[in-house]
Amino acid sequence: MSSFSLEEAALMVERPEKSEPLGLFFWICVFWIGLNVFGAIFANILPIQNPLNENFNAINVGPGLHHLFGTDDLGRDIFSRIVYGSRVSITVGMGAILIGFGVGAPLGMLAAYRRGRFDSYLTTIMYVLLAFPAIIATIAVLSFWTPRSLFKIIVVIGIASIPLVYRVIRTATLSVATKDYVIAAKVQGATDRRILMKELLPNIAPIAVSFFLIGVATVITLEGALAFLGLSVNPPTPSWGNMINEARTVLTQNVWLAFFPSLALCLFLIALNFIGDRIRSHFDVTEVKL
Amino acid sequence: MLRYLTKRLMLLVGIVFVISVGSFYLIHLLPGNPATVILGFGATPEAKAILYRQLGLSKPIYLQYFVWLGNILHGNLGVSFISQTKVSSVVRSALPIDAEIIILSQIMAFAAAIPTAMRSARKPDGIVDRVLGATSFTLLSIPPYILIVVLVLFISIKLGVSGTGPSAYVSLGTDWITNLESLSLPAFTLATVSFVVYYRVLRSDLIATLQEEFITMARSKGISQRRIMWRHAFRPSAVALLGAASVNIGGLLAAGFVVQYLLQIPGLGYTLILAINESDFLVVQGIVLTVSVLVVAINFFFDFVINMVDPRISRE
Repeated sequence: MSSFSLEEAALMVERPEKSEPLGLFFWICVFWIGLNVFGAIFANILPIQNPLNENFNAINVGPGLHHLFGTDDLGRDIFSRIVYGSRVSITVGMGAILIGFGVGAPLGMLAAYRRGRFDSYLTTIMYVLLAFPAIIATIAVLSFWTPRSLFKIIVVIGIASIPLVYRVIRTATLSVATKDYVIAAKVQGATDRRILMKELLPNIAPIAVSFFLIGVATVITLEGALAFLGLSVNPPTPSWGNMINEARTVLTQNVWLAFFPSLALCLFLIALNFIGDRIRSHFDVTEVKL
Repeated sequence: MLRYLTKRLMLLVGIVFVISVGSFYLIHLLPGNPATVILGFGATPEAKAILYRQLGLSKPIYLQYFVWLGNILHGNLGVSFISQTKVSSVVRSALPIDAEIIILSQIMAFAAAIPTAMRSARKPDGIVDRVLGATSFTLLSIPPYILIVVLVLFISIKLGVSGTGPSAYVSLGTDWITNLESLSLPAFTLATVSFVVYYRVLRSDLIATLQEEFITMARSKGISQRRIMWRHAFRPSAVALLGAASVNIGGLLAAGFVVQYLLQIPGLGYTLILAINESDFLVVQGIVLTVSVLVVAINFFFDFVINMVDPRISRE
């Protein structure tokens, strides 16, 4: 302690505490997500087998050279079904959260910036919607709103996520809206638009990105549950959830059929959650209280 | 306090109103005439007449809501057009199973989360804390529908433990031991899901509490570590734990649905999925309405309890 000069001490006070490094595992997770997204986008160009192709000469084959992850009870290649299945999970995850952010984030920022009556009414409405058990509401709407399609699933989950996004963004914005630099910008006569876009948005971006990723993971889990219950896209279109659902009837004959889609799903979720968590702690925004 | 309570009650009424409108409107999401879709084309005029009276279908839509609401408030959720039983009795026979699974799982989750969180909080970033942290983080990313498949595969099929596999359910009234056996895997699955949440919430709350001055004060007075943990640190943190449990309940019910579906346990979830597959829409509506109102009521109750335990909250 005593060996520091005064200038050094002053520098230490001014410079923010060094944030936690992202670490190797973070980049492995980023790579993994990238690989999955790449596979999902280019599934029909990649040299993999047709996921719907039934081969009755190779039923319930274990993992091997010919079929990397083996085949299912109809002789379909599990590896290519997992690659194609990632399309459903990733589309639903991204699509629904984009709807949630598209509506919830601007409203949340505006409410936190404006305060007053607009804020209190909107927050009450969102609170009421938040009290509604989202998963049960989603199951209910999807069971009545037939025939089911990817689009409807995205819309329903997307709407259900709006109040959650609203709450997180509003809280995050509240914590920066009273900071000195925002007041300084206001005093200098900056427009509301400028303050929102240039002062507030960059400062809540880490929280927003972190919550976005964790939100995608949550939605993918939910889509998996819906698929498991037979409420997501209809077979034979593969999705990770409905592959696990189909596997449950042949669990004793072919373990691989349940194992590989479960593994794919879990690894994807771990990667997403880890990245989200790391971004949050990296930018040290833990002091934001809900 | 009174002001807080009336405010919360008004919100509760608002929420229940929204739920009732939502559940009511579900029927109108069906493509085509609800009566034809619900009953099928070969329906008898008597059955149609019953349904029209139940739903008030001949009236304009806002009046239909009140007809429907009037029936609901009299405990009349309609009649299942497949099994010909009252929806209310379907719900009444399924609900206790969900309640049992959830209560069992919560006992397990608290029993596991409280000691582990305390152990972690005592030395944050120590080896035990890191291992527990990594474990809970991994468990967080394993959805209940994968966990239950793994459990069934290893415990019921590979190890051959009887009474735990699919369709092994025995009701509590028949034999409570076999009943517990048949619910052990579902309860364990839900317990794992809850454990992760409770562990993380309690750990971070305990770490914050342990840095407070009254803990240093207690330490300097020479009070034992054990007593400090339980009496001084855990008691204020229990409020956060209770809050987490309250928020958790909706997700738990939904996780229970998935687990029941795999093991064919005739709780609300399995009944609901069967009803969806058979297009028995009034049963679906009845279950959705009951579960939603229940979740909201439980949240309200917990809110009230938390407020009683920690009066600082109502001042906000």
